[in-house]
Amino acid sequence: MGKAMKEQAILSVKGVTKSFGGLKALADVGFDIEEGEIFGIIGPNGSGKTTFINCITGFIMPDAGHVFFRGKEITGWPAHKIAHIGITRTFQIMRPYYTLPAYKNLIIPLCSPRARKLGGWRGGGRHGDRDTVAVDILEEIGFERDSKVPYKLASTLPTGYQKRLELARCIAMRPEIIFCDEVFSGLSMSEIAGMIPVIEKLKMEGVTLIMVEHRLRELFRVADRVMALNFGEKIAEGEPEEVIEHPKVREAYLGSEEV
Amino acid sequence: MELLIYGIINSITLSLISLGFTLVYSISRLPNFAHGALYISSGYLVWTFLNRVGLPYLPSILLGIGLTSLIGAGIYRFILIRIRGMEISEIIATYAIGLAIIEGLRWGGLRGMTFTLPSFVSGSVRFLGVGVDYQRLFVVGIGLITFLLLYLFTHFNKIGLALRGIAQNERAAMMLGINSDMTAVISLAIGSGLAGFAAVLILPLGSIIVETGYNVLIFAIAVSIIGGLGSWGGAIVASFIIGLAQILTEAFISSHFQMVIALLAIIVTLILKPSGIFGRQKELEERV
Amino acid sequence: MEMTRKERIDRGIKVRTEGIYAISSWEEVLYLAGPRLVLILGLLSLPLVLQVAPYWKRVVNITCIYALLALSFDFLANYVGLVCLGGAFFIGVGGYLSAIFNVYLGFPIYLSIPLATFLGAILCTFVILPVLPLRGVYFAIVTLMYPLLFTRIIEAFNILGGTNGIAGVESFPSPWVEQYLVILITLIALFGMRRLVNQDIGLVLRGVKDNDQSVRASGMNITSLKAFAVFIASLIGCFGGAYLAHLYMWAGISLFALDFSIIPIAAVVIGGGGTLTGAVIGSFILVPLSEFLRFAGTFRIVIYCVILTAVIVLKSEGLMVYFQRKYHQRERWVKL
Repeated sequence: MGKAMKEQAILSVKGVTKSFGGLKALADVGFDIEEGEIFGIIGPNGSGKTTFINCITGFIMPDAGHVFFRGKEITGWPAHKIAHIGITRTFQIMRPYYTLPAYKNLIIPLCSPRARKLGGWRGGGRHGDRDTVAVDILEEIGFERDSKVPYKLASTLPTGYQKRLELARCIAMRPEIIFCDEVFSGLSMSEIAGMIPVIEKLKMEGVTLIMVEHRLRELFRVADRVMALNFGEKIAEGEPEEVIEHPKVREAYLGSEEV
Repeated sequence: MELLIYGIINSITLSLISLGFTLVYSISRLPNFAHGALYISSGYLVWTFLNRVGLPYLPSILLGIGLTSLIGAGIYRFILIRIRGMEISEIIATYAIGLAIIEGLRWGGLRGMTFTLPSFVSGSVRFLGVGVDYQRLFVVGIGLITFLLLYLFTHFNKIGLALRGIAQNERAAMMLGINSDMTAVISLAIGSGLAGFAAVLILPLGSIIVETGYNVLIFAIAVSIIGGLGSWGGAIVASFIIGLAQILTEAFISSHFQMVIALLAIIVTLILKPSGIFGRQKELEERV
Repeated sequence: MEMTRKERIDRGIKVRTEGIYAISSWEEVLYLAGPRLVLILGLLSLPLVLQVAPYWKRVVNITCIYALLALSFDFLANYVGLVCLGGAFFIGVGGYLSAIFNVYLGFPIYLSIPLATFLGAILCTFVILPVLPLRGVYFAIVTLMYPLLFTRIIEAFNILGGTNGIAGVESFPSPWVEQYLVILITLIALFGMRRLVNQDIGLVLRGVKDNDQSVRASGMNITSLKAFAVFIASLIGCFGGAYLAHLYMWAGISLFALDFSIIPIAAVVIGGGGTLTGAVIGSFILVPLSEFLRFAGTFRIVIYCVILTAVIVLKSEGLMVYFQRKYHQRERWVKL
């Protein structure tokens, strides 16, 4: 059973370790992700979640560990190569392309070699109709097509739209995996309610999502499995209900109850 | 043996020249392209005090260095502070100011004769079988003392520790209440003062030429790139590498090689380890 | 006393000319095309007008070279995020290469200029390549240093003519070629770059300036993109150098002079950074001005630097941006 699961794993990470000077950010963290699942990563601030993503997606070199994508080793690959094979990510601190309107922000991923080869989301986006495809993508994730919203400067959009723009940036690349770094944070309840259908639609299209989140209740509505980190170590992994009951997880979030 | 002695002298000279630049960058992340200009203006200032105003040597030196420090601090306080954080503008502005100073000196400064500063002590001595004049020994000696003082300052004095803290991690230092603008002014004052100090020590070995302003800037930058932008240890190590290499090539090949060595060293560094020997800039990693 | 504030709204005609409606009537076409036509026709007619003052014809040529450099600086700094402090490097490389091809290798002028332009660009990009993956500061430092270093090396080794330079470079077959070649290239460069930055590839380059991590995360190699941008910029700059060598019939260390590094920056800042046209306009203001200041010797540079610093510190938007705003928008005082 174990071996069969590993063979299905679209992304397999083992033993990732990273220290910054004297600070150990990650210690021997790993997981196996099945294709098409939604996998959550939770943990208090500073537990190393974003560093973990950075190590896998090539923005930081891990000190130790291995990353396999569909069985092929991609450890240490530069970020753009990893994005090229279909592993995309959002950024926690959003920085859209300020000087460009929202839909033009998507032209850039549509120009990437991957999007040019595979066509952006739902095909198309070859030279010439990129503008249209960009607006299409925005519509898919909830920008109202006929309003002025897609044409506004990216820096003037409210947070909810900017978060969706981040996600759209990944979608434009026809990804296989999207690492969502706190896409729910800073959003109001109604904005989150608007994001969840997008997430579910992505799952239906077969995209694997790995979501780092603080908003546990919302995350648990969509996640199939969850992993908890604390101080750079994996302290629990499994179904959301199990993980939330795990004593170490409770301790990490709520503090120890010992007197 | 002779080569070794001269190599060490050259290296310490280089490190004195570059220290101010490295210091300013490490503390305030400001590449002070006016460094060379400050160096050479200190020389001119001291000469003016000495020969036009008629002050004795020591007060001239002190005044010269002091004024240079003030000029450096003033540059930050009145000009750079308004464009703080906009890297592109900072770079252009310091470059423009440096150029303005150097070319201004070239145009208005004391043309006609060669200008020299007198040595502190004349005469020479035989050191380990090699003839070295006192002035150079002075440079080495004072250089070493300076390094020692700087080390003590940044490890034991409160202000020095604050500066070192900012150099290592600006955000954390700011959270601890250290005022970033104030430290930038201080660092620029110290950096310019060091430039002036180096000038006062080294210029007596030759004459005061405006071109030196550019050469100093080139050397300071070369040392910084090779040693790692902002790394004090790296600056010293790099100075030794370049300094020794220069002396060696001067002896065995030809004396024109000073600049070529600097250029080659830069290119080699950029190819092999672009962030320099002790460079902490892990290229683009930091900003994620 | 009533309170008022300034309000800016687009002029009616600007709104009417958006998109397809731009060609709906002569008035609209003129509104859009007018400024461009003025610029093009103005530049093209300058040599004719200046027949009466031949000295100034050469000034126009030199101005165009500076305009090319300013264009490359504006492009690199404001569209890609790379601050090039050494325009003189391109001029020097282009000039010396052209002289080498023409004098040492005997190529005719219509070969040496294109070859120098193209190979010069490759060479420049190649020596700048190592710093492209690093932080922007390194790029500024290296571009600043290369002209200074090369000057000293040529002097020290007495190669490539040493301080005397390479003489005997062929001049242009006819004065009209001399005049119009550079003006045409300037116009082509200007309008070509404006096109480029609005094309998709231009957007990607602008993305590199705004947020290069995002571009990496979109699967594109930033270093290659920057190298492409540097190549384009050095094409323009090396052409300027090659042209200059044939204009003066000489190539020497002065090709690496500071003027070529500083004046383009000042021109861009004064003319309006990020508009490309501003770079050209700024050059046409500064370079004739510097002719007037020729008597002041190197003090000119001091003046430029002071102006440059002042404009930067006062965060002025530059002439072109100001004019664009005036052209497209009306201001009025509105009661609160």
